[in-house]
Amino acid sequence: MTITINRLARRFADFRALDDVSLSIAPGEFVALLGPSGSGKTTLLRILAGLDFPDSGDLLQDGRDLLQVSARDRGVGLVFQHYALFRHMTVFENVAFGLRVRPRARRPSKAEIAERVDKLLKRVQLDGMAARYPAQLSGGQRQRVALARALAIEPSLLLLDEPFGALDAQVRVALRRWLRHLHEEMGLTTVFVTHDQEEALELADRVVVMNRGRIEQVGTPDEIYQQPATPFVFEFIGKSNKVPVRIHGARLQAGDQRFEADALEGLADGSAVAYVRPEHLALSTTPLENGWKATLRHVYLSGSVAHLELDVPGLGQTLEAELGGEEAQRRSLQAGMTVTVQPRHLTVFPLDGKTGEPDLARRRVVHPRYGQAALARWR
Amino acid sequence: MARRVLPGFGLSLGYVLTYLGLLVLLPLAALAVKASGIGLAGLWNTLSAPPVLAALKLSFGAALVSALINAAAGLLVAWVLVRYSFPGRRLFDALVDLPFALPTAVAGIALTALYAPKGWIGEWLVPLGIKVAFTPLGVLIAMIFVGFPFVVRTLQPVLESLDRDIEEAATSLGATRLQTFLRVLFPLLLPALLTGFALALARAVGEYGSVIFIAGNIPMKSEILPLVIVKQLEQFKYADAAAVGVIMLALSFVLLLAIGLLQRWSRRWAER
Repeated sequence: MTITINRLARRFADFRALDDVSLSIAPGEFVALLGPSGSGKTTLLRILAGLDFPDSGDLLQDGRDLLQVSARDRGVGLVFQHYALFRHMTVFENVAFGLRVRPRARRPSKAEIAERVDKLLKRVQLDGMAARYPAQLSGGQRQRVALARALAIEPSLLLLDEPFGALDAQVRVALRRWLRHLHEEMGLTTVFVTHDQEEALELADRVVVMNRGRIEQVGTPDEIYQQPATPFVFEFIGKSNKVPVRIHGARLQAGDQRFEADALEGLADGSAVAYVRPEHLALSTTPLENGWKATLRHVYLSGSVAHLELDVPGLGQTLEAELGGEEAQRRSLQAGMTVTVQPRHLTVFPLDGKTGEPDLARRRVVHPRYGQAALARWR
Repeated sequence: MARRVLPGFGLSLGYVLTYLGLLVLLPLAALAVKASGIGLAGLWNTLSAPPVLAALKLSFGAALVSALINAAAGLLVAWVLVRYSFPGRRLFDALVDLPFALPTAVAGIALTALYAPKGWIGEWLVPLGIKVAFTPLGVLIAMIFVGFPFVVRTLQPVLESLDRDIEEAATSLGATRLQTFLRVLFPLLLPALLTGFALALARAVGEYGSVIFIAGNIPMKSEILPLVIVKQLEQFKYADAAAVGVIMLALSFVLLLAIGLLQRWSRRWAER
């Protein structure tokens, strides 16, 4: 059961909630829609559920036009951020609701309903809670009731809107591992919306990064993190340093440094912006010829990682670097030291001459050439 | 003793008890004392007089029917005022309160003028064989009028606080609009609806001013119980009047108690 989203657009007054969004969801896939608030991810989810309709574009399920199918007939399981449980019904009645409202011809018998609800409650680890009202449950329990209720109608597609948004950190982590297992067991096509990158990267098979109603990048969590396609993805996912650079004769001029690299061949001269992840900055305490000279301003140890704040006069800005906490101690890195900073690789977006915007089509991943001596010192 | 975070419990409780005692209990007690003057046999005699019995039936019967009608109509009005936006919504919202503000005699005279055989509405109804003014139907209409705001005003905040997503959840689970209303929305509205019903009922039972103008006050036919009391007072039969008052009070109390129990049952899910 493949879902094809083709050039969807949705406007609310002057606000473009969705702008030319296309995506294909394979059967059994676990997809995360990730983006800041207002990026259109919830609108897309609501259109998938049939609770909202696009101004233009198509939505197909195995070639069938889903936009002609009402929310009631879509057979989509939907889990809301704030659970949306029926608070006047017991847990049992909540889960049974989708079966009880079926037309008589398709409605299972009472005994069958009871059996299916019991099974589902076991599955979401809520057996023994059937007679309670939602007000008597914790947040995590309520969310699992909402999930069981959505699964009861045997949906072909499961949609979750910020499913862990209202839970506290510990419950959230436990519940999302559990959800991942559940997905592996059931193999149900699942789409969930989140603004939490950690959640998306940990849970999903594929992450769709959205911004201002557009899809910025679609890829596996690894691709999204390692090979961000746009400046937005760089800034939104993980940490990154943004460095203004110039391309000049197939070389990269960054502050007082000039880097040579093969990837720059064929790029016209001009301004560009480069992004480099903190863990892709190599530090050397012995002065090296290539690389920015920097003063180590702070070392923050957070758990197993050391975050370093570097003052780089040659760039006129600070850079953030990261390395293992143990390594930082082994090399006795301390505030006040002078170090040489070498980016192992940077992603460069040349700026468009007219608009001054980063040109995504001319994106290059640049591995500067350093001498053998430098390479040896990185490790 | 448990330490209280909010101060003034003793003072405020004392004030509340004193206030309620002076305002509510004392007059009621005086009424009961006055009524006891005629003894149980006297009470029974007063009650079993056919005009009193007829008025009792009319007062409570019409009040119950009017409260039911107000519950249904009030639900609809509250729903429209909360859920839809249309030009003049605020104006209509303000109109709801007018039956509260209007002196009841004015309301009664206005209704009589409308429904009298020569009135704007009456002149169309009378040829159809429907007489409103000076009949029990008129009593009912006056009671509906004065009780109308209660259901609307008790339902509005509850309707506003209902989250859209429970309806969306019901829809995506396959429920029709009717099923969503009957199984999801109505049970959530029921406690407030019962509160509004009880208030409208209490008001209708006790209503005097607007009813007597339109009722025509024909004994055994369109005479309400409060008027029976007034008539007895005019004949200086104070104990009899008090006896009828006590009966009204007792019946109202039983009705309100029953509604209260029903309401508690209807929100059993809110208890932890």
